[in-house]
Amino acid sequence: MHVLVCGGTGCQASASAQIIENFQRILAEKGLQNEVQVVRTGCFGFCEKGPIVKIMPDNTFYTQVKPEDVEKIINEHIIKGRKVTDLLYLDPENKEHVSDSKHMGFYRKQLRIALRNCGFINPENIDECISRGGYEALGKCLSEMTPQQVIDEVTKSGLRGRGGAGFPTGVKWGLCAKNKCDEMYVICNADEGDPGAFMDRSIMEGDPHSIVEAMAICGYAIGATHGLVYIRAEYPLAIHRLQVAIAQAREYGLLGKDILGSGFDFDIELRYGAGAFVCGEETALIHSMEGMRGEPTLKPPFPAVHGYKGQPSNVNNVETFANVPIIITKGADWFASIGSEKSKGTKVFALAGQINNVGLIEVPMGTTLRDIIYEIGGGIKGGRKFKAVQTGGPSGGCLTEKHLDTPIDYESLAAAGSMMGSGGMVVMDDTSCMVAIAKFYLEFTCEESCGKCSPCRIGNKRMLEILTKITEGRGTMDDLQELRNLAAVIKDTALCGLGQTSPNPVLSTLDNFWDEYVEHVVDKKCRAGVCKKLMRYEIDKEKCIGCGACKKNCPAEAISKTDYIAPGHKLPSMMIDPSKCIKCGACISTCKFGAISVK
Amino acid sequence: MAKVKSLAELKAMREKLQSNIDLREKSNDPDSLVQIKVAMATCGIAAGAKQVMEHMMEKADELKLSIVFTQTGCMGYCHAEPTIEVKCPGKDPIVFGHVDNNRADEILTKYVMNNEMVEGVIPVNYETI
Repeated sequence: MHVLVCGGTGCQASASAQIIENFQRILAEKGLQNEVQVVRTGCFGFCEKGPIVKIMPDNTFYTQVKPEDVEKIINEHIIKGRKVTDLLYLDPENKEHVSDSKHMGFYRKQLRIALRNCGFINPENIDECISRGGYEALGKCLSEMTPQQVIDEVTKSGLRGRGGAGFPTGVKWGLCAKNKCDEMYVICNADEGDPGAFMDRSIMEGDPHSIVEAMAICGYAIGATHGLVYIRAEYPLAIHRLQVAIAQAREYGLLGKDILGSGFDFDIELRYGAGAFVCGEETALIHSMEGMRGEPTLKPPFPAVHGYKGQPSNVNNVETFANVPIIITKGADWFASIGSEKSKGTKVFALAGQINNVGLIEVPMGTTLRDIIYEIGGGIKGGRKFKAVQTGGPSGGCLTEKHLDTPIDYESLAAAGSMMGSGGMVVMDDTSCMVAIAKFYLEFTCEESCGKCSPCRIGNKRMLEILTKITEGRGTMDDLQELRNLAAVIKDTALCGLGQTSPNPVLSTLDNFWDEYVEHVVDKKCRAGVCKKLMRYEIDKEKCIGCGACKKNCPAEAISKTDYIAPGHKLPSMMIDPSKCIKCGACISTCKFGAISVK
Repeated sequence: MAKVKSLAELKAMREKLQSNIDLREKSNDPDSLVQIKVAMATCGIAAGAKQVMEHMMEKADELKLSIVFTQTGCMGYCHAEPTIEVKCPGKDPIVFGHVDNNRADEILTKYVMNNEMVEGVIPVNYETI
């Protein structure tokens, strides 16, 4: 028998170490230490009800266990085989105690739909995929549904574009299908470019067949026979696994001519991108595939009318496609029953930053940020204070504590000044400077701007200059107004999505962290201690014994002797000339007396 | 491999493939049953998953354990890479995190051979459809 005790940060804070100790001690007293083994585990992702104790093999799941409950669990459960009812999880809906963790899936905040096969099947073996029902959705479409019925089903499911903008997928397919002609294209946008985002890569690496199948379904629905995957060359493993999947599907006759005896032909080719962020924009992506510069063009005409090689094309993101087969097999109603009112299904996020359980997560739409950060993510690293969470990458914004209970869906994130984006989610604590964060994202957009339209090319550059000024302590209050003006113009006039959303990180930090900007401008202070130019190194003259070790180590010769001798010391104390100091920190690491600090 | 001709054929194939897996799970020969999945997305490999898998395969040979090793995609536990899932016959699969060579040996000698639990269990905190 095994006793698993949660060793996540949250549960450790509420005495899980004491619980383990009590188990070991009482089991030893009763001579059971050889029969029952106590193990500390990782986070259960249910911190709200922690500490968690799970007894195996019967999967009993005890919540909010206190150290003094241990004896009872041992006497009742382990010795007599009776569950301790009052420690079991109480289902808030029907007020019943649930004991078996296998039947309490609802406690788990995560639901894997797009990632259903990731980490479950061998991605390079089509048989494992078929044993999980792979390609049956394609079979169902080809033998039991008309193309229009497929489009209707996807529309009815409420699936929206997972690349970030959230356009209804079924509607997009319908628009393309209307322009029926001999040569049409299904394009999979696998140009994942947000800093720190890897949702699409994980899907392609873990379950490439779902993309192959979904593209074939889309081809059938809109009347296309060619599929193209635009993937970055810096994803070699994803490319390899997609190639293997395509070859295996061809071998089984699931791609190629006359698929499943239906008369429908479809095949897929890969196209490699060199990793330009703007090529995630669909018109730029298409130009890049055509061998031209990856620059966007004005919409309309939309790709549904004038796409790859001037032919009607439908572009969807990897995660969007990954949802399609399961919508067909389980039905639109099932899919529409998950999520919030206007955003259906689930969303995959790459959870990163100052959080305990960094990971790839998938949650139903409508889950709150609080659940993601404090339950699934296990809280902030080192027990520090939560400051902000960045969603939507360079197109998104920062949300703060007041947004923690915001349900995550397309509308509410946009209303809060951020956006869904493709799924990057960076959690920040009080050691992050919000001005520096805004500057980081703007540096990214400046580098990635294609340069075609002036608002994006020049406007963002000017904004970056102002932000640099502010972080170096040369900013004025007028600069803050200027940032807003520039942002408004860029938003209104930039050509494509990249430019139109590029001021968002600045705007949302201005809105939510105005005080911090003012502090940088007026007090020339960075409270997080990130902006180097605003830091001041100071020697505490009462603590300094005047040994001169810092002076010897200063590469900028910024340290000199003063006339002051502190009481109890024999030598005069040292001082730092701020105009010479380069803020390298060499003095701090040299001083053995803790006399030097950063202000 | 002959081409699959229809949906009915595909469904029949699925059933056959599923029952093959069931057969493997229900067989009476306990030694042949242990299955280990290694999370091998780019990030898992970068964290050392491939090398650990190779090491485990050698160690399993050395210990005369017949284990079915498979690679799989991302399990989502970036904070604990490399991660592996161990499925022993008649038991629920268990995920272990931070598996280096030493811990891999420990998992094989303690958990697989003696049903003794080792530290580093990651509770599966999601539901899959």
